Amino acid sequence: MGNRFPLFPVEASTVAPSVDHLLFYLLGVSIFFTVLIFSAIFYFAIKYRRRSETELPPEIHGSTKLEIAWSIIPFGLAMVMFAWGAKVYFEIERPPDDALDVYVVAKQWMWKLQHKEGQREINELHIPLGRAVKLTMTSLDVIHSFYVPDFRTKQDVLPGRYTTTWFKPTRVGKYHLFCAEYCGTKHSGMIGWVYVMEPQDYQAWLSGGAGGGSLAENGQKLFQELACDNCHHMDGHGRCPSLQGVYGSKVLLTNGQTVVADDAYVRESILQPNAKVVSGYQSIMPTFQGLVTEEGVLQLIEYIKSLKTQPGAAPAAAPARGGVQPPAGGAAAQR
Amino acid sequence: MITAALEEREHYLNASYGLKSWLLTKDHKRIALLYLGTITLFFALGGLFATMIRIELLTPQPDLVSSETYNKLFTMHGVIMVFLFLVPSIPATLGNFFLPIMIGAKDLAFPKLNLLSWYLLVAGGLCTLGAMFAGGVDTGWTFYTPYSSTYSNTYVIATALGIFIAGFSSILTGLNFIVTVHRMRAPGMTWFRLPLFVWSNYATSLIMVLGTPVLAVTILLVGCERLFHIGIFDPALGGDPVLFQHMFWFYSHPAVYIMVLPGMGVVSELVATFSRKRVFGYGFVAFSSVAIAVLGFLVWGHHLFVSGQSVYAGMVFSFLSYFVAVPSAIKVFNWTATLYKGSISYDTPMLYAFGFIGLFTMGGLTGLFLAALGIDVHVTDTYFVVAHFHYIMVGGTLMAYLGGMHYWWPKMTGRMYPEGWAKLSALVVFLGFNLTFFPQFVLGYLGMPRRYHVYPPEFQVLHVMSTAGASVLAVGYLMPLVYFLWSLRYGKLAPANPWGATGLEWQTSSPPPTHNFEEPPVVTHEAYDFAALLEEAQVG
Ligand code: HEC
Ligand SMILES: [Cu+2]
Ligand SMILES: [Cu+2]
Repeated sequence: MGNRFPLFPVEASTVAPSVDHLLFYLLGVSIFFTVLIFSAIFYFAIKYRRRSETELPPEIHGSTKLEIAWSIIPFGLAMVMFAWGAKVYFEIERPPDDALDVYVVAKQWMWKLQHKEGQREINELHIPLGRAVKLTMTSLDVIHSFYVPDFRTKQDVLPGRYTTTWFKPTRVGKYHLFCAEYCGTKHSGMIGWVYVMEPQDYQAWLSGGAGGGSLAENGQKLFQELACDNCHHMDGHGRCPSLQGVYGSKVLLTNGQTVVADDAYVRESILQPNAKVVSGYQSIMPTFQGLVTEEGVLQLIEYIKSLKTQPGAAPAAAPARGGVQPPAGGAAAQR
Repeated sequence: MITAALEEREHYLNASYGLKSWLLTKDHKRIALLYLGTITLFFALGGLFATMIRIELLTPQPDLVSSETYNKLFTMHGVIMVFLFLVPSIPATLGNFFLPIMIGAKDLAFPKLNLLSWYLLVAGGLCTLGAMFAGGVDTGWTFYTPYSSTYSNTYVIATALGIFIAGFSSILTGLNFIVTVHRMRAPGMTWFRLPLFVWSNYATSLIMVLGTPVLAVTILLVGCERLFHIGIFDPALGGDPVLFQHMFWFYSHPAVYIMVLPGMGVVSELVATFSRKRVFGYGFVAFSSVAIAVLGFLVWGHHLFVSGQSVYAGMVFSFLSYFVAVPSAIKVFNWTATLYKGSISYDTPMLYAFGFIGLFTMGGLTGLFLAALGIDVHVTDTYFVVAHFHYIMVGGTLMAYLGGMHYWWPKMTGRMYPEGWAKLSALVVFLGFNLTFFPQFVLGYLGMPRRYHVYPPEFQVLHVMSTAGASVLAVGYLMPLVYFLWSLRYGKLAPANPWGATGLEWQTSSPPPTHNFEEPPVVTHEAYDFAALLEEAQVG
């Protein structure tokens, strides 16, 4: 930062060095082959330049041995790239369990971020040093992409479903946040900053100017405003399942499938309740599409998450029967 | 005296005169020239947009144009260059002209279809240009949904319709080439005597015929959603936004090989001719084209590593992408090995071939970076990608195209171009190209996203270098345009075989007669048999 003419990005997250090491391997291989090919061409071109118009070079048809060699060796080197690349990819794609949750709603052309504690930010993200942060993201319109070059992470943000990404910052500072997926007129204006702060500064920041309560508290308010609690009683009586302990549990559906109640599932339950109906219940829940914003859905999710399991009260947490369906992001498209 | 001889001899250019004799021609050579004129215009237009983009990016702030206009500029640049220039480029011009002659045929299998495919390109082009003059389109050449299908309020449908129509032009060309290679080879022209240019155009045609219909379907679906609000891609209508990306890249990744395989074919011809040697490992080079065509269909998902696709799908596509590296590497190694103990001349086409090998090597190797999952997450949708595919498309295909144009120009027109200027142009293009696009790799790794109208100030120095390179490159492209036109009138008359090359096209006169050969040729030896050529020269 402050550098007017940088040639290499700062390493500011735990995955950044992993990505860069892989880059150095590829650079090494590439430079080797580039130099090899360029020097062979120059050498041959000079050594075997045409000396007379009638000269006839010897006939050489080829060599199967050479062909095999220059297929196998590059292939081997490439397989190392593949395996190493996949390893780093898994590191980038799999958030640790203890990550701090932040919710991101993207729209043309701004980033709205909400912390669990209730802080809302626009085009800025404040996070503590040394703590993994997991982003759960959705878009209100077109596809965007959350990109922090100095963290070496990027994830598309899709309308109608959640995607996630995570990073653990290793360096205090201010880092570019870019939208990397072309999203219309002000695409290049859909940028912001990520501030990595010392943990105590972060705490101070959190306690200052939060206002409006935590996400879960807001979720609880919404839950009452939208009259969810008319149907969903905490003790599970009536025609509706209790939401106590649902989050993260396995849910048996009327079609016999079992799904894990993750963010995507809860979101779908609210917006398209008929898509997956809990076994033993009628599909009487109305859709809240258009009645609740994406931010509101995220607050409801946080609230439902906060409803811890009470022994015996877990609804429909029947043992998984049949194939367990992965918590796919494609849920929104199913009907 | 020689001029008089040329005037007297009838060839395809003077066989008939008048606009009608061109617009209704069934001669593949004349159709090739129609294509040449058409795509040169498209290239000039695409280049003009590129120039404006590069000027705008000289400074971090907006100065030349607004964001709306900037977005339209890069979209039109991409659409024109990809669909109206690169896809038809080598096959429709050099391929159209030489594929039949190289296999000893009188014409393509379906001459009328060939003419129709030119008209389709023109119709598609006019449709797209019409959309441009009406106000343009701002979706990027990739048309990602739901932006293109719901949100953009520019001329998406008209532009896409143009691409749709132009797509049929390439399907028909592919079909024509395939049938021609199967059915029209001269006696003795076995599959393994085919020049490598024919092999690579054959492989290209397979992709055109199999891949392009998928693009057509995709465009239709976008149209359905945009016009009739049928939910296919927009989740607000119940669609799946990522589905579009799968369908689009199912065509557009193989399309990369539509664009580059013919270039590889040209380079094989050039390397053989100007080192007077049979291409090292002919069979491997021939089959690597087919292998690339087939494998190219299995790797589309490497464009979706950050789209939310499952990590296991990502792994499979990364793995398969590395397989494509092998046939590409085989080609580069074989071209280099062909030089060994050759008799190498530095005529302009060979300089372009050297340029191609160098730049394609760099483009290909940076493709390995993008196929590596961990790195792709960081560099996808940045200037790294932009640099990578320009190394392949411009450094590769365009270098090969220019090399091929210089190589075959004497045959096509009966005139030599000025060698000194041509050598200079090759050098200028090579240097200008690297200055333009190399800094973009650095920009990309630094994190500069593509399609940004304004950008953070720390990226400016590299952008200025890139723009400087682009101006050098522009000069490099203008030079051939000028001296080629000049040579039509003032160039030296070309002999039948100015390079001492072996292909059948060099055994007929320059320019060839309407039916290509005075007598139907009979092939008695392998491709690139320079010993036989020399012997014949001594005997006859
Ligand atoms: C009219 C009554 C009714 C209302 C109002 C209602 N629901 Fe439901 N809800 C149900 C029923 C019945 C089910 C079980 C059948 C199903 O899955 O659709 C259900 C299921 C759910 C589930 C899945 C529970 C599980 O065990 O897997 C969630 C989560 C949920 N609702 C959340 C909400 C939220 C949040 C609201 C308010 C925005 C709400 N519901 C309002 C009736 C209702
Ligand atoms: Cu964007
Ligand atoms: Cu691809």
